[in-house]
Amino acid sequence: MIKFEKVFRAYAKSLALRDVSFHVRKGEFVFLTGHSGAGKSTVLRLVYADLLPTSGSVRVSGHRTEKLSPRDIARMRRHLGIVFQDFRLLEDRTAEENVAFALEVTGVRRTLIQPKVMRVLTQVGLAAKASQMPRELSSGEQQRVAIARALVNDPFVLLADEPTGNLDERAARGVFQLLRDINANGTAVVMATHDLDLVRMTQYRTIELQSGAVVYDSAVDEQIAEGTLP
Amino acid sequence: MNLTVREALLGFRRWPALSALSVTTIAFALFVVGLFALVALNLRQRLTDIEERVEIVVFLTPGTPVEVATLAISDIEAFPEVEAVKYVSEEDALNQARTELVEFQGLYSELEANPLPASFEIRLAPGFRNTATVETVAERLRGLPFADDIRYGQDWVRKLDQLRGIAGVVGLLIGAAFALASIIIIGTTIRMSVLQRAREIGIMRLVGATDGFIRRPFLLEGCVKGAMGGLLAVALNFAAFFTINRLFHVAFFSTAQGLLIVAVGILLGFLSSALSVGRHLGRV
Repeated sequence: MIKFEKVFRAYAKSLALRDVSFHVRKGEFVFLTGHSGAGKSTVLRLVYADLLPTSGSVRVSGHRTEKLSPRDIARMRRHLGIVFQDFRLLEDRTAEENVAFALEVTGVRRTLIQPKVMRVLTQVGLAAKASQMPRELSSGEQQRVAIARALVNDPFVLLADEPTGNLDERAARGVFQLLRDINANGTAVVMATHDLDLVRMTQYRTIELQSGAVVYDSAVDEQIAEGTLP
Repeated sequence: MNLTVREALLGFRRWPALSALSVTTIAFALFVVGLFALVALNLRQRLTDIEERVEIVVFLTPGTPVEVATLAISDIEAFPEVEAVKYVSEEDALNQARTELVEFQGLYSELEANPLPASFEIRLAPGFRNTATVETVAERLRGLPFADDIRYGQDWVRKLDQLRGIAGVVGLLIGAAFALASIIIIGTTIRMSVLQRAREIGIMRLVGATDGFIRRPFLLEGCVKGAMGGLLAVALNFAAFFTINRLFHVAFFSTAQGLLIVAVGILLGFLSSALSVGRHLGRV
């Protein structure tokens, strides 16, 4: 589903990723951990083709991102849900309008938008606050709106870049539980975080990055233990 | 309402000051271009008036029979460059002199014989009133056996030609300079509006909007601003015309020319938006 093969990514004066290879399978929950600057966000940006690899390949649903046209990249993103630490909501639109925006810009018929929006707002527990502006919502609620927007196109994977980074502990736990519920319903989740407490709470796969290189992948450890490492 | 239209209108509602600045900028840029066009239009009209006075006079050898002259007139009228030929007989010339040159009234009564020759006054067709054509036709007329002298105001026809050439080149240069300045100014204001919406554009891209889709509201907004600026420019030009026209008579744009200014405004708005959004999308 998402496959990195010997990926290097260079910025102007530094190497952000070096020889990164991993494979995220359908329905999997994967933590990307590491310090700031380790390359977690770069990995996610490579998945949604905001960046292209300098060398190596990134495949999403079997397509090499560097071979996709801008139009194909746009179409691919409709099947990915993306969530950020800073929510990235439109401040002058209600929660409902923010979610609907993701459908409107992809040309979904207007009659289909309202039910889809209400379905995901209900899923994230914000149906009652659909008409509220982002400033009227708590940080946790704003992140839920962002998650609802990411979910409304029924993505096969949710990419979350430090989704709990701006939240207090209670809100962070709530958002994390929401991501687990989404994963339980079959959507893969790739979550970049440096909140190790969250990571330790579960048995999900963890990929740790250090200075742009993968230094630990729990799936590999499991394969070693099971003797199934190819 | 269609999302493209809604987003374009939202730009006006959310940033009214910036939108007003864009419209005013377009209006002033087009107003200056329009003002220059008005000057050019009036200059051109004056040149056309002067051009209409371009004519060739062929003075006939004294004693040329009227029948010969009449036959020659139909030959000359057949020239493609000639619009009309008027035969002025010796008597007509004298009568004309008596009417037009009244200060020599005393002299006319003392004349024993008419000293004025008969002549052909030849008007050239529009499009042929330039030095080269005048000289070609005059050269052809010199071949007439009864042509005594040919006059066509060589010097001022040449000067008229030069003036026309200079006006054309200067007009083109100043017009192009103003058009370029307008594109830069309008592009800058539209770019400010694009930057104001950078966050929105970023979100549009994240959720899978194509670049074409993202561009559309900005292009529409640019066109609307261009149209508004164009209309305002025509209004400002009319105000300038109205003021000047009270002092001396000048011409104003025709409806088609006025619509052309609005169309140029729309085109400028479209191009500036396309460049600004294109640059932004290329960068993010």
